[in-house]
Amino acid sequence: MNAPTDPKHVAALQQQLELWEKDEVASFLKKQPEREDQFQTHGGFPVKRTYTALDVADTPVEDIGLPGQYPFTRGPYPTMYRSRFWTMRQIAGFGTGEDTNKRFKYLISQGQTGLSTDFDMPTLMGYDSDHAMSEGEVGREGVAVDTLADMEALFDGIGLENISVSMTINPTAWILLAMYIVLAQERGNDLNRLSGTVQADILKEYMAQKEYIYPIAPSVRIVRDCITYCAENMKRYNPINISGYHISEAGASPIHEVAFTMANAITYVEEVLETGMDVDAFAPRLAFYWVCQSDFFEEIAKFRASRRVWAKIMKERFGAKKPESMRLRFHCQTAAATLTKPQYKVNVMRTTVQALAAVLGGAQSLHTNGMDEAFAIPTEEAMKIALRTQQVIADETGVANVIDPLGGSYYLENLTTEYETRIFAILDEVRERGGTIKLIEEGWFQKNISDFAYETALRKQSGSKPVIGVNKYVESEENVDIETHPYDPDTAKRQIDRLRHVRATRDETKVQKLLDELLVIARDESRNIMPITIELVRNGASMGDIVEKLRTIWGTYRETPVF
Amino acid sequence: MSSPIRVLLAKVGLDGHDRGVKVVARTLRDAGMDVIYTGLHRTPEEVVHSAVQEDVDVLGISLLSGAHMTICPRIMDLLREQDAEDTIVVVGGVVPDDDVEPLKKMGVKDLLLQDTPPNQIVETLQRLVAERGPR
Repeated sequence: MNAPTDPKHVAALQQQLELWEKDEVASFLKKQPEREDQFQTHGGFPVKRTYTALDVADTPVEDIGLPGQYPFTRGPYPTMYRSRFWTMRQIAGFGTGEDTNKRFKYLISQGQTGLSTDFDMPTLMGYDSDHAMSEGEVGREGVAVDTLADMEALFDGIGLENISVSMTINPTAWILLAMYIVLAQERGNDLNRLSGTVQADILKEYMAQKEYIYPIAPSVRIVRDCITYCAENMKRYNPINISGYHISEAGASPIHEVAFTMANAITYVEEVLETGMDVDAFAPRLAFYWVCQSDFFEEIAKFRASRRVWAKIMKERFGAKKPESMRLRFHCQTAAATLTKPQYKVNVMRTTVQALAAVLGGAQSLHTNGMDEAFAIPTEEAMKIALRTQQVIADETGVANVIDPLGGSYYLENLTTEYETRIFAILDEVRERGGTIKLIEEGWFQKNISDFAYETALRKQSGSKPVIGVNKYVESEENVDIETHPYDPDTAKRQIDRLRHVRATRDETKVQKLLDELLVIARDESRNIMPITIELVRNGASMGDIVEKLRTIWGTYRETPVF
Repeated sequence: MSSPIRVLLAKVGLDGHDRGVKVVARTLRDAGMDVIYTGLHRTPEEVVHSAVQEDVDVLGISLLSGAHMTICPRIMDLLREQDAEDTIVVVGGVVPDDDVEPLKKMGVKDLLLQDTPPNQIVETLQRLVAERGPR
């Protein structure tokens, strides 16, 4: 950076800027006023007319640094996409394991380089497919998984050592992880060669996505157990994906997305450190997940600031020594809440711009939304276009050939530093108010999120936040000709048949004995819940068996809603 | 002066998407209505029980899980069983166009789907209550 440090240089620049405002700008404004009195980012940061070297004067040169170097503002790796493009990871999940397996294979055949799995609501919430709460939901929004047999169908013919697999699952994440481990073991895979991610970020569930089962304390303990188990047994696997995406989709501002996620990440680190594990033994595998909203530069600044903030937290607060512990790696998904039903093909353009921002912001993997996702889960065709969007950015635009090509932009560097400052201020506030878990229980995060969601709804209503097709360039009589993803009405029957078959053929006495042992281990907080869960799923225990057993000692979480 | 419109907003089933329902709750409250929100993960039985107990004018059901064709008929049946079929049922969230007419046929008075402006929600509820008349 050529930030001016020489006082004479600073004074000259200031004078030049003042003259410009007084002369050129003022005479233009007389002829035509600007579109707004005050411009601001989606997240509410004021935006100046233009930025100069003066705006980066307060940013230390070493805070910008170089790619792959502390504080990693410019990227986690020194060569980034010059070595390998980001992982193109389209999420998929519907019906039974067989149904989603077909979609996986289709996406791989189209050039997708990683897998990502969406589970149905009963699986996400820990109900077996034949439970009363599951009615109408089996295989609808994601794939149904009750037992190991479903996982075998889901990954049939897919080499687990050859492709990284991400699983979007939270309160029941440890059970899915156990199934994945047993599946790999059955196939003779080396656990240390599996790469992938299980989301397992329970704290943001209480804040935003609202998929939870048990109270906070035992839920965080489960996350801790996933992290320590993987640190010891699965060297290349990310045992958690600490996620801002859902915080944003629930309505939060981008600054709250990152700050609240960091508050959660700190909580997990503290929880694991209490077991006596060294920070550098697990921190390198902590992964993050951000949304990419539509404010192009703000999102890029957000990504860059999040890397700088995490690096400083790990080094300064937790005393990490390894660079791998300090470098933030993230998966990114374009913003589903920006998709519209009216003129739905415009969603391709929205997604393209968001995906470009994710790439310019240095994402490690990316999911681009399907244009039809305001209607239903995406069709194969919609997913293909979304994947092609990434492939065009990668192969045709040249943006991946230079690392952090926007680094050094006065505006972007200024906004990056603004973001860093605000994130640390919010983290201080969280600490002063009593910490993350206390504030979740008080609804503090939730209130902040719903406040911004409400403001956004009002801004859309007034038109001050334009949404093409919704409050601007509206077509009154739109003829929607769209083929959406069909739901096979036999899904639940097929799924329940397999579940009943597993129950009928397993060694029931052994399963019950293991379930009793599960309770003993769950009651002793110093023990890890993973090994017994692995034995349970290996022996045909269903997710519902495990979840319900633990409910007898842990109970069910109920939130007091704030709005 | 007529008493404020009473509304019960409900999340039914496993669906945890509550951004929209909270925006609606606040919008209706700011418009002077009495708003009760059930919170997440309720059963149809719990929701109808609350609607009857609270003697609400409007029951708003928020659904983004795709399970509306399972959940809505059950709620309509339960309302009938409880002699509360004059409760105005409105559905919000994500519902495919093809399901709109079948839902209306089973008695859902209106559907307020994604990107409905807040003031339109207020107007719709006021209109539906006026059409029903005093009870």
